[in-house]
Amino acid sequence: MAKSDAVVPRVYGGPAGWISVAIPAGIFAYLLQFLAPVAAGTPVTLGFDWVGSLDVRLSVLIDGLSLTFALLISGIGTLVTLYSTKYLGNHPEYPRFVLFLMLFMIGMLGLVLADNLIALFVFWEITTISSYLLIGFSSDEAKSRRSALQALLVTGTGGLAFLAGVILLGTAAGSFELSVILTQGDAIRAHPHYVPIVILFLAGAFTKSAQFPFHFWLPNAMAAPTPVSAYLHSATMVKGGVYLMARMNPALGSTDLWFWTLVIAGGFTTVFASLLAIRQTDIKQVLAYTTLMALGALTMFIGAGTPAAITGMMTFLVVHSLYKAALFLMIGIVDHETGTREVDQLRGLGRKMPLTFLGGAIAGLSMAGIPPLVGFIGKEFLYKAGLDLDRGMIWVTGTIFAASVLMFVAAGISVLRPFTGKLSNTPQAPHEGPWAMWIGPLILGCLSLGFGLFPDTIEAWLVAPGTWAVYGDYSYAVDLYLFREVNAAFVLSLVTFATGALLYAVHRPLRDRLGRIIEANPVKFDAGWDRTLDGLKALAAWQTNILQSGVLQRYIFTVFATLAVGVGATIWLKDALDFTVDWNDALAGLQFKHWAVVLFVTAGAVLTAITSSRMTAIVALGVVGIGVALIFIIFSAPDVAITQLLVEVLVVVLVAIAMLKLPLLGLARDRKRRPVHAALAVTIGAMVTMVMVGVLQGELDRRLTDFFETASWTEAYGRNIVNVILVDFRAIDTFGEIGVVVIAALSAYALLRGTRYERPESKLEDRAQ
Amino acid sequence: MNSIILNAATRLLVALLLLFSVFMLLRGHNLPGGGFIGGLIGATGFVLHAIAMGAQATRDTLRHEPQDIAMIGLGIALASGVFAVFFGEAFFTGQWWFAGADPSDPDDKGLPISSVLFFDIGVYLVVFGSILTLVLALEEEV
Repeated sequence: MAKSDAVVPRVYGGPAGWISVAIPAGIFAYLLQFLAPVAAGTPVTLGFDWVGSLDVRLSVLIDGLSLTFALLISGIGTLVTLYSTKYLGNHPEYPRFVLFLMLFMIGMLGLVLADNLIALFVFWEITTISSYLLIGFSSDEAKSRRSALQALLVTGTGGLAFLAGVILLGTAAGSFELSVILTQGDAIRAHPHYVPIVILFLAGAFTKSAQFPFHFWLPNAMAAPTPVSAYLHSATMVKGGVYLMARMNPALGSTDLWFWTLVIAGGFTTVFASLLAIRQTDIKQVLAYTTLMALGALTMFIGAGTPAAITGMMTFLVVHSLYKAALFLMIGIVDHETGTREVDQLRGLGRKMPLTFLGGAIAGLSMAGIPPLVGFIGKEFLYKAGLDLDRGMIWVTGTIFAASVLMFVAAGISVLRPFTGKLSNTPQAPHEGPWAMWIGPLILGCLSLGFGLFPDTIEAWLVAPGTWAVYGDYSYAVDLYLFREVNAAFVLSLVTFATGALLYAVHRPLRDRLGRIIEANPVKFDAGWDRTLDGLKALAAWQTNILQSGVLQRYIFTVFATLAVGVGATIWLKDALDFTVDWNDALAGLQFKHWAVVLFVTAGAVLTAITSSRMTAIVALGVVGIGVALIFIIFSAPDVAITQLLVEVLVVVLVAIAMLKLPLLGLARDRKRRPVHAALAVTIGAMVTMVMVGVLQGELDRRLTDFFETASWTEAYGRNIVNVILVDFRAIDTFGEIGVVVIAALSAYALLRGTRYERPESKLEDRAQ
Repeated sequence: MNSIILNAATRLLVALLLLFSVFMLLRGHNLPGGGFIGGLIGATGFVLHAIAMGAQATRDTLRHEPQDIAMIGLGIALASGVFAVFFGEAFFTGQWWFAGADPSDPDDKGLPISSVLFFDIGVYLVVFGSILTLVLALEEEV
């Protein structure tokens, strides 16, 4: 970042900084007014029609779940943008970064607030695209570009599945409005499309929230600047999938399919990710994997679905966002001020960076689940909910216990080690960061402490309304507390601390051991991803080689052969030649002029086929075209005739010019193919003739003709029906066609110009300059 | 191509063809013609010019790049469609003004000016510009 300071004037940053802070702060303040009605149990809906004919509404549903998310998004967004003014303020592309971040934030807010599934999908895709831009922000690094593309492809593919699910669900429920769908849970669960709907929705949610086996993109996404990681990959975007599952829980939940899929996938991701977190040495990667763990836990508890589980899930959601954003921001400051994130190089920073340490330490304590931080409450309620489950109790409690122990160790690795002990040597001399940076972790840390000491506040404002919305029952009483009695959950917490402390003491040998085990594992998702992409590219290259040979003759042959097969098959299958033609009657009506035109066209066609001169062939083809124009004149269609004539003239000119340029191909090779070409030509000719004769056997439906004959004068004030149809009745079609004409001309122009610069003369000119 | 006869004839023919193309464009709503045909005729005139005098001379005579002319035509066509929005009607609904018409006589339309005419002018320019884009680029290529 610093390297560009000299070249780029500071003024480039401009007002982007404070605008980017003001927007989320304003939204946060605006949203606060909804806390009271939502806490009272009445969701707010607003909105207006967007595409009325398709039942797409831009409508907003503010209930406990969406408001909790929206407040987290805008609140953490404010702190992150404030942080970015210092972290990236000197970057030459800073305004671009702000633009992407704002785009992302709007997408995310739209996602959680939308009441219409189609609108939700649109916002879902906005977050996918803007996260692609943000992960690839350092676009000069191959690693960033790869990570960005990987995230885009994984989440984008999931997004398509989600869209298919949305359409199925919309038709099953008869509405795309969430507020309607959520009341029809029983009907949807009984619907024959229920299973595909769940699978498609979960494909979207699992890819977005990086659940196993789609987890591999998230740690790679840490190539993004730290504020982006803090925002997208901990607090917001990756929780989009969790939001979707929580949102749909009243409609899709409480079936065996839902329960076991979410509980097993979530539980597995939780333990798997915590183990991977412990083996990292880059603190940002440690945090990335613990985020995966949190997403797994949230998924698992949504699946478990009891009111207690949902309460635990909502509490942990808030808890995790607070501490994880703070820790990401903290490690960003450390990285910014010391130049490294490697855990072995960082020690004893506490005295040099006291405020960063304070914010990070509170967040770390919350992550470890130590009282009186709100993290303790989150963990206690997950344990309680797990122990109370009727089915899957051992699995859920076991995985969450293992994960909590490892979280305790991870918290130690990411906060305790770097800030305590003897000061180590770092690439840059460590010093405290500017206030705009440390204020974020500090505020978030204070919130973790405040909510822990006064759990009634988040219970009333966020957790209880959220639980009602996810569970779909507004009568359940949520009761959060720090400590009331010694029970199984509390004992489990004490065991967690003891095991965690023990493991932390041996975490370095443990890390090496884990590293060796993971290295030995033959299944590597990231490498597998590369192989899949390579395979896809090879497949594309293979089929392009077959279909796009580059030989014009072969293209035309393919096109006409396809036409022959298609039309022929249709005629055969539909038995379309089942008619008799009275040839005597048909031929009797022909006059001399008709015969003359037939002769003219036939002569042109025969000449085109037999001549050995390319120029003669082009002109002879023009003769055929002019013969066709004569037919139009005889049957009084002057407009079509004029157009045909003019087009024919221009085609002859264009083809003649083009042909002069083309090299003469070996005629000998051509000869061998001639019989095949002739056979195809005769087939096409015969087929078109048969179709024409067949068409003429039927009665002509004159309804459209009659309409246009009368309406073209009375409604469009024109007597030339053809033109009136073109410019008035079907003006949009014409507009599309002239658009195509322009695009074709521009593409041809670009192609012709593109080749021109490769000619030797122009290269010589370049050298002369 | 360097031919005195073609050169001399072209000077006349281009002017005539252009005049004729505008004539075809304007009469199109009631008689055979219209923007598409008009554009083709106009383009034919300049194609002739390019064959006789060379592509560069044609570019100089046109003054504007043919692809710009095509794009402007597309813009005019779009604008004539959007025009209806100001009257609260659907996209591409024709808007008419009968200049000097006698309101008591239903068959007297005076001089009709309409958004449809502008649409046709747009079509004319698109066809004209696109064909010349192609032909001139091809001519220069050879």
